Amino acid sequence: MGKNIKLLTDPLNLNNPITVQILGICSALAVTVKLMPAVVMSISVITVLTFANVIISLLRNTIPSRIRIIVQLVVIAALVIIVDQILKAYVYDISKQLSVFVGLIITNCILMGRLEAFALGNKPFPAFLDGLGNGAGYALILIIVSAIREFFGSGSLAGFKIIPQGFYDFGYSDNGLIILPPMALIIVGVIIWVQRSRTRELIEN
Amino acid sequence: MKLDTNSNLYTFIYASVLVIAVAAALAFTAVKLKPLQDKNVRVEKMQNILKSIGVNTTPDNAEQLYNKYVTDAYAVNSKGEKLEGVNAFDVNLKLQFKAEPDKRVLPVYEAKNDKGETKIIIPLRGKGLWGPIWGYFALNDDYNTIYGAVFDHKGETPGLGAEIATEKFQKQFKGKTLFDGDKFVSITVYKGGKGSALKAGDTKHGVDAISGGTITSKGLEAMVKDDWLFAYKAFLEKNKK
Repeated sequence: MGKNIKLLTDPLNLNNPITVQILGICSALAVTVKLMPAVVMSISVITVLTFANVIISLLRNTIPSRIRIIVQLVVIAALVIIVDQILKAYVYDISKQLSVFVGLIITNCILMGRLEAFALGNKPFPAFLDGLGNGAGYALILIIVSAIREFFGSGSLAGFKIIPQGFYDFGYSDNGLIILPPMALIIVGVIIWVQRSRTRELIEN
Repeated sequence: MKLDTNSNLYTFIYASVLVIAVAAALAFTAVKLKPLQDKNVRVEKMQNILKSIGVNTTPDNAEQLYNKYVTDAYAVNSKGEKLEGVNAFDVNLKLQFKAEPDKRVLPVYEAKNDKGETKIIIPLRGKGLWGPIWGYFALNDDYNTIYGAVFDHKGETPGLGAEIATEKFQKQFKGKTLFDGDKFVSITVYKGGKGSALKAGDTKHGVDAISGGTITSKGLEAMVKDDWLFAYKAFLEKNKK
């Protein structure tokens, strides 16, 4: 049981897909300008990754090994398209902001990585936890980065103004630089730095 | 008997079954969600039309406000003649854009704003850098002066071409005129940053392009000229005051 819990908690810190495995960076930079799209993107990735992990794990003994990558891709692509359709139907505004990035979950390396490395060789329940854990690890970083960027870049969180008007009257202004993609990379870099300096296991010789 | 999962036959059958199952699942989702998605697109269209006459809406009250403000919707042909029996709102601009200009069905909306002034709303359709761009011109009842403009796009570059969808770019169009005397000149987009239109001495028909968004800006100019808006020329000339 302890092993199963580790599957869920490891990706949050010690084996985080973004900061330790350095996967899925592209979407982490693109959708983190505002908190809400980042949350929706996180939920989409968690959903797709969990389902894909379970499905591939259920099929693992039947998949012909020569076409296993194609089978994984078909499963991921189908799930992503379904998620995209659901977003278009129920949260149209946010789906417009996310535009191509939901579709690009298909090429997110975290997904193929987990399917190939974990789901193909493990039972459905551990695969489910692994999917959930890695999705949550990705979500955690996305939400931290987007909260920082929205707060300093637009003075708000999830669309609500946080920095009071009085500050602006005194000459405070939002940092336009932080909206631009390079700042996301720098923030991710800072998170990696903080994480490594706090966690002994991650320090290489 | 243990199945040989590496045999050719097994691989073929496996791939076929998988693809058919996935296709069925996708088709089912698409068909189920289509009505909701179509409704979102309609609501967005109503919001854009209302935005061009300066009415701000939320997705929830768009339909109600649309019915309140928009008084008439009809379609004309390139000779400016009204076409009977066309539901203007449902005219597919994508298809009309591809058609020959003299065969196009051109929708026109009429609306009354809060001051009771009649505005003529002309939908626009054109090509940007990566995909379609579209928008609406709201004209005063002289069929000449632009009262408001709204543009949107499918996938222009964020921060560059996508800026056509911002207030800052759109408000430049306010007060510009489509006709110079009796000549239909429409709007010209000037490259070279802020104030370029002013420098060129074209204060009546010129706006500044978006720096870094040249192809989108040029596409937008073509949209309000030869590509699309010129098809409305006869209609506008007929009603012009």
